[in-house]
Amino acid sequence: MGIKWDEFFITGDPLILGSQIAIVLTMVGIVAGVTYLKKWKWLWSEWITTVDHKRIGIMYIISGVLMFFRGGMDGLLMKAQTSRPEMEFLDAQHYNEIFTTHGVIMILFMAMPMLIGIMNVVVPLQIGARDVAFPQLNALSFWLFFGGAMLFNISFVIGGSPDAGWTSYFPLAGKEFSPGIGNNYYAVALQIAGIGTLLSGINFVVTILKMRTKGMTLMKMPMFTWTSFIASVIIIAAFPIFTVALALMTFDRLYGAHFFTLSGGGLDMLWANLFWLWGHPEVYILVLPAFGIYSEIISTFSRKTLFGYKSMVLSILIIALLSMVVWVHHFYTMGSGPAVNSIFSITTMAIAVPTGIKIFNWLFTMRKGRIKMTNAMLWSLAFVPCFIIGGVTGVMLGMGAADYQYHNTLFLVAHFHYTIIPGVVFAVFAALYYWWPKMFGFTLNEKIGRWHFWLFVIGFNATFMPMFFLGLDGAVRRSYTYSVESGFAPLFLVSALGSVILALGFIAFCYNIYWSIRHADRNITGDPWNARTLEWATASPVQPYNFAKLPEVDGLDPFWKMKKNNQGLTIKDSEIKEIHMPSNSGLPFIMGVAFGVAGFFLVFEWHIAAAIAAIGIIAGLIYRSFDYDEGYHIPVDEIKETESKWRNVEGEVHNYVK
Amino acid sequence: MEKHTNRFPISHVLGFIFSLILTFGAAYIALKTSLSFKVIMWIIGTLAVLQAGIQLFMFMHLREGEDGKTNVINIVYGVFMAVVIVVGSIWVMSAGHAAH
Repeated sequence: MGIKWDEFFITGDPLILGSQIAIVLTMVGIVAGVTYLKKWKWLWSEWITTVDHKRIGIMYIISGVLMFFRGGMDGLLMKAQTSRPEMEFLDAQHYNEIFTTHGVIMILFMAMPMLIGIMNVVVPLQIGARDVAFPQLNALSFWLFFGGAMLFNISFVIGGSPDAGWTSYFPLAGKEFSPGIGNNYYAVALQIAGIGTLLSGINFVVTILKMRTKGMTLMKMPMFTWTSFIASVIIIAAFPIFTVALALMTFDRLYGAHFFTLSGGGLDMLWANLFWLWGHPEVYILVLPAFGIYSEIISTFSRKTLFGYKSMVLSILIIALLSMVVWVHHFYTMGSGPAVNSIFSITTMAIAVPTGIKIFNWLFTMRKGRIKMTNAMLWSLAFVPCFIIGGVTGVMLGMGAADYQYHNTLFLVAHFHYTIIPGVVFAVFAALYYWWPKMFGFTLNEKIGRWHFWLFVIGFNATFMPMFFLGLDGAVRRSYTYSVESGFAPLFLVSALGSVILALGFIAFCYNIYWSIRHADRNITGDPWNARTLEWATASPVQPYNFAKLPEVDGLDPFWKMKKNNQGLTIKDSEIKEIHMPSNSGLPFIMGVAFGVAGFFLVFEWHIAAAIAAIGIIAGLIYRSFDYDEGYHIPVDEIKETESKWRNVEGEVHNYVK
Repeated sequence: MEKHTNRFPISHVLGFIFSLILTFGAAYIALKTSLSFKVIMWIIGTLAVLQAGIQLFMFMHLREGEDGKTNVINIVYGVFMAVVIVVGSIWVMSAGHAAH
């Protein structure tokens, strides 16, 4: 097959040698640790084979945190390299690889799994369901994402990382200009993870449309469920475009096709067109669930119903529609002419209107509320001004004529970090502080959380605010160094120092998790925040079947009403019935491995080996088609025991009515 | 579908008549006129889309049943997406000096 073993492992760079050693040591450490603690069976039966939406959600979140670490390291390396002019810490090629993997990992392997993880944990609980519509498919989604993420992550030690930017524009990303296998990783790994995301989207649309509890009409759904629903609809609409674009890329790179090449009648800019036809809706797939998270948290900690519920829903729908018709604003300078650029400038500016409506709704929700400054609330408050800076600069960039000035500068880089970090990362932190007790049965420490919050927010602003001015002064993005004469040095240094503070914030977060696991009070109620939606009407951590009796709903904030009217908080023994549950399955994990292995061979263009591994995928599909496992039933006695365990604790819901 | 059998199926008849008109209209334009090839393609393409719409609404029970509304939303959204992706891409890629 012509394998060049000397090019298989990347050699000759001390940084990468260090990571290779670290990876081997970590893997040995994990294997040894699990073996020593005799946890293999537990790991397999409780986690790897699980189809429980809460556990799948937790696995998504853990992967997301790990990927945040990986992507964050990339970011710090970039900041170290640009901290001084003419720095020789990284060479140009290494810098290219790092900004490429930073972008891909942060968007697709950090932000996406974090939000899908939170959706997994929260949405079924909020709509009073026992699981998602297709539990095993949900597990498959996770393992496909995980397989894709791992495949992408090994690229920097085996074979070389993709180096054409997270957008991987042609012709640079084609075989002609990137002859190595690095960009094959991009094409194959994102394809595998993308299939998983698409399956998640379908799963959540069906779950939300078909599995809402009695009385919960569409207009009585909590806002996070609404935003997750619309995000899932956009996933179904937009991800197939990416699937097709990546497939065409794979054909170009692996089989010598000419879809995007310069020679042979290819249309290189069609890649940019297809990429952003997916890429722009993708931005809203990320930010909509985050908007939902803020809505829940602001409403809870202001002790008020969300202001302007209907206008919130309407603005989500308008955002969803407009998000499909703004993609050209990513490449105005391609030169599609004044007509195209004008239309897309108008649609781009129009999308600021529904977003503005949402901001005002949050502010009015807080007005005259009894606001409680918890960590979750602090992140939501910090989101508002930071995100507005991102939004306003976005409108600046959205004007086609002005964009020719800002295009490809650090102004743009600062803009999208100011939207994605407050819009997604702050939301994820807020959500983790808010729903942590629901997932694990204890809250994260508020005091360490304050350190996390202030370090992160200050560090974030110090890192990215200077980049606006650098960009206006003409500093281009993706350039690995700059000269002393450019005069960029002071602002770059500020930005680099800011990134260190940002990293300290993340360390504080990790320490908070560690501290809280060791020391936090386990004796909390199912409803530590005095919250309003149904996920708080059950135990923390949630029992496998979610609700012993499915709740009934007749309006917004159903749990709040249950507490006010003292209705439906208790359960009689006669109301407890057997509960039908889906069985665990190892198949999704095995499929994920098969996809990962086949993808790995495909990256190296070892087609026979890839075909053999792909037999594993087909075999898995066939096995699943003839799988008649009907699940199992949890007997009444077991439910009674589980329920009495948390319901009889002092301060639990039925004593908690206010 | 009990109640449908009791009354005259007016929408089916109308749909049938419209379909006939559109079909023969397309045949007439394609075979009997001397318009340019491009114009003929545009006209019969438009007629085909119209007819597909009529078929969906008048014969395919699109609006009936508990999922009627959902079906209509799905179809409209699907058409919107298809038009945006296909027409949008063609427009963007063929306009201005991107195409030259």
